[in-house]
Amino acid sequence: MNRFDYVRAGTVEEAVQAVASGANARFIAGGTNLVDLMKYNVERPGRLVDITRLPLDRIEERDGALRIGALATNAAVAYDERVKDRYPVLSSAILAGATGQLRNAATTGGNLLQRTRCYYFYDEGTPCNKRLPGSGCGAIGGVNRIHAIFGTSDKCIATHPSDMCVALAALEATVRVTGPSGERTIPLAEFHRLPGDEPERDTTLSADEIVLSVDLPAEGFAGHYTYLKLRDRLSYAFALVSVAAVMELDGQTIKAARFALGGVAHKPWRNPEAEGLLLGKPATRETFAAAADRVVSEATPHSENGFKVELARRAIVRALEQAAAGTPQSQTDKRIA
Amino acid sequence: MLIESGSPIAADTKVEIGLTINGEARRLQVAPWTTLLDLLREQLDLTGTKKGCDHGQCGACTVLVNGTRVNSCLALAVMKDGAEITTVEGLAKLSGGNGLHPLQEAFVEHDAFQCGYCTPGQLCSAAGVLAEGHARTRDEIREAMSGNICRCGAYTNIVDAIEDVIQSGAQG
Amino acid sequence: MASSPEPYFGTARSRVDGPAKVTGQAKYAGEFEARDLAHGYVVSSGITRGKIAVIDTAEAEAVPGVIKVLTHENRPRTAWLDYNYQDAVAPPGSPFRALYDDKIHFSGQPVALVVAEDFETARYAASLVKLSYEAEEPETDVARKRDLSYTPPMKRAGIKPPPKPWGDADAAFDGAPVKVQQEYRHAIEFHNPMEPHASTVIWEGDGRLTVYDKIQGVSNSQGYLTGVFGLKKDEVRVLNPYLGGGFGSGLRPQYQLFLAVMAARELERSVRVTLTRDQMFTFTHRPDVLQTVSLGAGPDGALQALRHDAVSGTSRYEDYQEVVVNWSAILYRCENVALTYKLTHLDLPTPGDMRAPGAVTGVFALETAMDELAYATGQDPIALRLKNYSERDQTEDKPFGSKELRACFAEGAERFGWSKRTPEPRSMREGKELVGWGMATGVWESLMQQSSAQATLTADGKLVVGNSTGDIGTGTYTILTQIAADALGLRMEDVTTKLGDTALAEAPVAGGSWTAASSGTAVMKACRTIANQVFTMARRMDHSPLANVDFDRVVFRDGRIAVADDPTRSVSLAEAMKAGGVDRVEATESAGPDSSHQKEFSAYTHSAIFAEVKIDEELGQVRVTRVVSAIAAGKVINPKTARSQILGGVVMGIGGALEEEAMLDHRLGRVMNHNLGEYHVPVHADIYDIDVIFVDEVDKANPMGVKGLGEIGIVGTMAAVANAVFHATGKRIRELPITIDKIIG
Repeated sequence: MNRFDYVRAGTVEEAVQAVASGANARFIAGGTNLVDLMKYNVERPGRLVDITRLPLDRIEERDGALRIGALATNAAVAYDERVKDRYPVLSSAILAGATGQLRNAATTGGNLLQRTRCYYFYDEGTPCNKRLPGSGCGAIGGVNRIHAIFGTSDKCIATHPSDMCVALAALEATVRVTGPSGERTIPLAEFHRLPGDEPERDTTLSADEIVLSVDLPAEGFAGHYTYLKLRDRLSYAFALVSVAAVMELDGQTIKAARFALGGVAHKPWRNPEAEGLLLGKPATRETFAAAADRVVSEATPHSENGFKVELARRAIVRALEQAAAGTPQSQTDKRIA
Repeated sequence: MLIESGSPIAADTKVEIGLTINGEARRLQVAPWTTLLDLLREQLDLTGTKKGCDHGQCGACTVLVNGTRVNSCLALAVMKDGAEITTVEGLAKLSGGNGLHPLQEAFVEHDAFQCGYCTPGQLCSAAGVLAEGHARTRDEIREAMSGNICRCGAYTNIVDAIEDVIQSGAQG
Repeated sequence: MASSPEPYFGTARSRVDGPAKVTGQAKYAGEFEARDLAHGYVVSSGITRGKIAVIDTAEAEAVPGVIKVLTHENRPRTAWLDYNYQDAVAPPGSPFRALYDDKIHFSGQPVALVVAEDFETARYAASLVKLSYEAEEPETDVARKRDLSYTPPMKRAGIKPPPKPWGDADAAFDGAPVKVQQEYRHAIEFHNPMEPHASTVIWEGDGRLTVYDKIQGVSNSQGYLTGVFGLKKDEVRVLNPYLGGGFGSGLRPQYQLFLAVMAARELERSVRVTLTRDQMFTFTHRPDVLQTVSLGAGPDGALQALRHDAVSGTSRYEDYQEVVVNWSAILYRCENVALTYKLTHLDLPTPGDMRAPGAVTGVFALETAMDELAYATGQDPIALRLKNYSERDQTEDKPFGSKELRACFAEGAERFGWSKRTPEPRSMREGKELVGWGMATGVWESLMQQSSAQATLTADGKLVVGNSTGDIGTGTYTILTQIAADALGLRMEDVTTKLGDTALAEAPVAGGSWTAASSGTAVMKACRTIANQVFTMARRMDHSPLANVDFDRVVFRDGRIAVADDPTRSVSLAEAMKAGGVDRVEATESAGPDSSHQKEFSAYTHSAIFAEVKIDEELGQVRVTRVVSAIAAGKVINPKTARSQILGGVVMGIGGALEEEAMLDHRLGRVMNHNLGEYHVPVHADIYDIDVIFVDEVDKANPMGVKGLGEIGIVGTMAAVANAVFHATGKRIRELPITIDKIIG
């Protein structure tokens, strides 16, 4: 871990100012990812701006929907009664990730901004374009069992590791941010980016912008939803494939449906065309399979992660079945519904 | 030096923070890069809190910060200025007794550890689980405790111990 | 007078070190304080093979607070000969020497030690050490080096090479009506005890050192340090009262000890070096072994031919060896047997003993093959094992001293409900999940090592016993306390056991499941000697109630010596000692294996493991919902701690079956998942119900009749799980771990 200046911000303006005026300055809140990466010398900030004392931890009503402050902890969101009642897919996804201890510390804003778990990104002794642009991608042709099958580039095949963001993608949340050029709102789908030629950039956020809140839409799909996560052990592991699915049914006919995948791309992965195949169709396995087939038809697996294509296909089908049946996946009973 | 909002503190400066550790209010000088875990272990000789991975991947460093369980290895001490910290050394005080916390007693009774290195983290985590109140069944306890790895494999005994305490109604 | 307690031996007791461990008072090697302690941080090699071209420490040394950066260029001299670096359990070869020269032998090799006033500064400065290398192509894949395998020219002490073949295994296999011939493999595993390896070296001011070292036996570290640094035994005291998990990783002194001592001597100052979790992936590990098992049998399943061939990776500098293939001919009777075990060089650190080394590997292959044979011959897996049950150890041509494996099968099957199993694969189901029931046998050596122990009884009725071995979480403190209390008729509360200190009587490392028998017998003997001395004092008292009574006619209980068949005639220990004019009685005794018994009998522990899996086949998720492990391991001193030993073995076995896998990038020769986030070991959610049975077994190899429990719990568990997966799915997976991709593939 390198040496850094420390600034405790008392207001949002002070925080933005402190980041703008420091060399390679970074905001820090929960610290669960940043401190981890600093110990590996992957992140070497010259200044840390402590934003934990900013008044951004509230979860509040706004136009019939919820606004989640950037500093609301993952645990606070997951166990918030309003979230549990109205956006249970979000609660479930958060509880599928990390651990009790980490969720108590990690914040909503930090979760949005968490970085990939790619082995090469984490290991200074290896090439990684995301960590050190131009050094090459170790994962291509290397150990890439956990890597992306969608939206990769020849520079990077890393995945975004968040569970929470997968649910936010399915819910079509928006992210409210502010910076020197003022406040703006970014749809979740546009918040994270694909690696392309600049894998070092995870998001469309500028370095001097700060996340203020995640704004949920009014519709939370509390009746038909699931978060299904498949991983190498039954808890405390990142997703090989995860699916957040939400649905609205009219009898047995699908009136609205969205699903997003985690663990398969540099961002929560959605396929609007595939979702379109569900609309107006009966909520049957055949319908779900057609949508899943459409999604995976665009997969580009690498040397060790070909299994993710079939796993993603099956996981989509099962998740849509769970959502349609109103039998969401439990995050404590590990039997898959 | 004291922390003033908005004013940068240079990397090589030690700053004064206040922490209440196991009930005792303390003024401490810390460098910005010192984690809560290293502060406890290296400066305060509170070595009950363990370093197993230093990256939030094992749970051995779990302590209670303002009553909530967190990984102390990922918390910068300077950011916890003003907080109340409970470590395994102070767990018994939480239950108001002079002897052992009910969880500590249950761990001994159920042989819920072998080498003992993950044990302080398991205990603090379990105390956090009791306070959170979301786990009652064995499935729920297992999931809630999954952030605490025990390489000796005492898991079933740990769950037995926690279940025992939950059922007896004792609280942390 | 208090009522006479029953013996503690054989009764469930909570750990005597429990209160220290649950309150944070138990201190581990990296936690001891010293005045003016400096902190060392290891810099690890970024390449796997080749040499260091340039190492530039200027920037690191310029950081305020940095005291010294040690590299191969400026290190102090140490011993020259390999012999001086060979610790008590070293395999043949040239042990790795940290900072010895510019050569790189494995990824993550220590290349510098930064010593600073505080930990954070040392860590920071370590990131500023600049290195460039001349790299060579590494080879870390055992499969690609199979053709270059060799039979190790020098045998490792204590490791039996495969026996000479008997019969004609190949001809018999060719002619056998039923054949199973398959290859088996498991991934490299790392021990990953929760406590990272650490050494705190306290500079005592006159060249003498007090060292707290993470080791499974302090005498081994002391011997190593005297060899390497030319210290006399009385110049270096090594302690390790608690060990935060070892599983074999703490058998050999690891490089942090060497570095910390080197720095302390160079700086004449106390130094601590603690490895990071990532660095825990840069030394000992369970090697990747390629195995082929060939079973030829009659239609009834009776074995006609048995071949077990193994090729194991080792480093280029040491021939690590373990017993992988012998188990096949120990467990099953067969007329035609051929067993081979070879090594091949890899650019990895030397592998090492990891919980039931070799047996975990070999028995997984054998017991999976036996399950395949059971299906090939249409037999129940237990029936097949009973049909081929060995009454003699064919590898030594001796009977077993004891072998209650049949009872393990019977009691384990009963508890598990095995009779309700429908044998056809895919025939059991529960909702969306396939259910699989599998079983396997486990076997491990029952060993005893020469060990000494000391005991001191004081006039206040307090007894202190101990030796230099370690309690590695196994419960040694507790069982030795029980044994000692029984021997002198004291309460456990009046007995203190001290371990892990070279100032105590010498004992070997804690490993091989030999500690209960070895240290237990030594403690018992030392206590008996004290008992005899105090008895003699008692008998010499004026008007002694024990006059004319022989030692074998008295019992020790409640702090008194009493005539066995007339308890009214008794003398308290305190009275006897007062009469004898002493305020303390001391004894040191040594115990070793009974060589005549050893000559006559083979000694093994056995187990039968039954596992239930539930599998969502579509999504590949496997849950091990139930395990019954029935153990035949002689007498159990403390059923509570003994059960924990088996639970721990089973949990690690489940991890090995489903999760544990060091993922190597063979292009780089580097383990890529070198942390606990990505190297998966079981967490709470993975572990459901585990039931442990100890069957009755009478064994006479040592006076207590104990056979050791540290390793038997893991052996066979991986096969039981893999066999259950086959029963559930019809899919035979012969490469561990059984991950989602293999189920859906």
